Amino acid sequence: MLKILKYSFKDLSRSRWSYVYFFFYLLLGIVLLFLNNDLSNAVITLMNVIIILVPLIGTIFGVMYFYNSREFTELLLAQPVKRSSIFLGQYLGVAISLSASLILGLGIPFVAYGIFQSAAIWDFFSLLVSGGFLTFIFTALAFNIALSQENKIKGFGMAILLWLFLAVIYDGLFLLSLVYFQDYPLDKFSLVASMLNPIDLSRILILLKLDISALLGYTGAVFKDFFGTSLGSITSFGVLILWVIFPVWRIVKLSGKKDF
Amino acid sequence: MVNIQNLHKKFGSLQVLNGLNLETPENGIIAVLGPNGSGKTTLIKSILGMVVPQKGEIKINGKKIIKHWDYRKDIDYLPQIANFPGNLSVTELIKMIKDLRCKPARDKELISLFKLEPFLDKKLNNLSGGSKQKVNLVLCFMFNSPLIILDEPTTGLDPVSLIRLRKLIQNEKEKGKTILITSHIMSFVEEISDRIVFLLEGKIYFNGTVAELKKATNQQDFEHAIANILSENHA
Repeated sequence: MLKILKYSFKDLSRSRWSYVYFFFYLLLGIVLLFLNNDLSNAVITLMNVIIILVPLIGTIFGVMYFYNSREFTELLLAQPVKRSSIFLGQYLGVAISLSASLILGLGIPFVAYGIFQSAAIWDFFSLLVSGGFLTFIFTALAFNIALSQENKIKGFGMAILLWLFLAVIYDGLFLLSLVYFQDYPLDKFSLVASMLNPIDLSRILILLKLDISALLGYTGAVFKDFFGTSLGSITSFGVLILWVIFPVWRIVKLSGKKDF
Repeated sequence: MVNIQNLHKKFGSLQVLNGLNLETPENGIIAVLGPNGSGKTTLIKSILGMVVPQKGEIKINGKKIIKHWDYRKDIDYLPQIANFPGNLSVTELIKMIKDLRCKPARDKELISLFKLEPFLDKKLNNLSGGSKQKVNLVLCFMFNSPLIILDEPTTGLDPVSLIRLRKLIQNEKEKGKTILITSHIMSFVEEISDRIVFLLEGKIYFNGTVAELKKATNQQDFEHAIANILSENHA
């Protein structure tokens, strides 16, 4: 698997898109920090960007890479390599290179600005960890879609719909249900509902870290009560890890059954 | 060498292999023939584990292969369509496959045989169909595996390369290997193959030598013998 990972990574490191993604974050980080001059503000703005953009790029790039490397995959399938190694290697290649673009792209301007001397280092760190998780989750979901959908156009469509659902529609439905059921106690419901969506979960984790949960009002207090405790953070990290493990397990399952 | 029992494969509602049984001899060249869509490539891909059959068993040297992958180190495979990752150069591709296989390879000898030296640093995307096929042949023949599977090896080759390929295949046969070939060039098949396996509707319709096939169909000429099978079955 490591050999496949090596070749996927090498292949991606030559791709223009990896660099575009990297320079985008680099530019964003520089602009936010050096024009704004406020670390916490920069972290909040970055959070809003990362929460939406990382899942989008993860899904699109994952689907695109899978479809484009079909020849490579077919070549490997005839070699004495385990099937699951081929797909896990490719998945890790994409996820690691995307995470590297994110971490380096944002890390360089922040280090240059002096994040290590600042108290905001842990806020920044949790931002990067959430970004990394989101990359691994959405790339794995993208591979699931691409493995089960032979038709490229349909695959892309499903990937975009998945992103749209989790990034936008889910929140809308969540909000609607809160309004609709406002006469009932909703603490548990909203906790569970935000746990089930990795995007919401990452957002809450970062917001709580930033200590601006007071802005969230009553819900914020409930969330702080839960997510602020060690049980809360262990559970939420557990859920994020499950969000990675389950799709990865399904990649192995699906790839074992597929015909090429 | 290869032993297949009751192999079934369906793609959606299309039954491609329908209870196929095949036993190949220890060595020699076996040509797998059949009309378009008769399941030749599916059969080959099942042996390679690229297609997962619904039912049946495949054994190579007495070992079951379905859901295994180790056995592929003893197979050299030439795919029908030479699809390579386009942004690699020829040298990089050869290096990568050698790295994956971890086996001694005679790539230099084959590169000079097919006169590929001027293309070594070119990206695979920029190669012509024939040159790609030559790269394909180098990748396939550079390891010394006891079973060789060639899916349409002649596609896109010029006459000189075709002669070289024929010689190469003969040499491999003399080393005592089993070689499975599919091809639509009947003269090529007639010249090199020891046995003919004819597929029709997902089953083996005929399995024997060229002479036996001519006798069975009452035809003097190999091409007509094949055509005879096809017209009799309205395929």
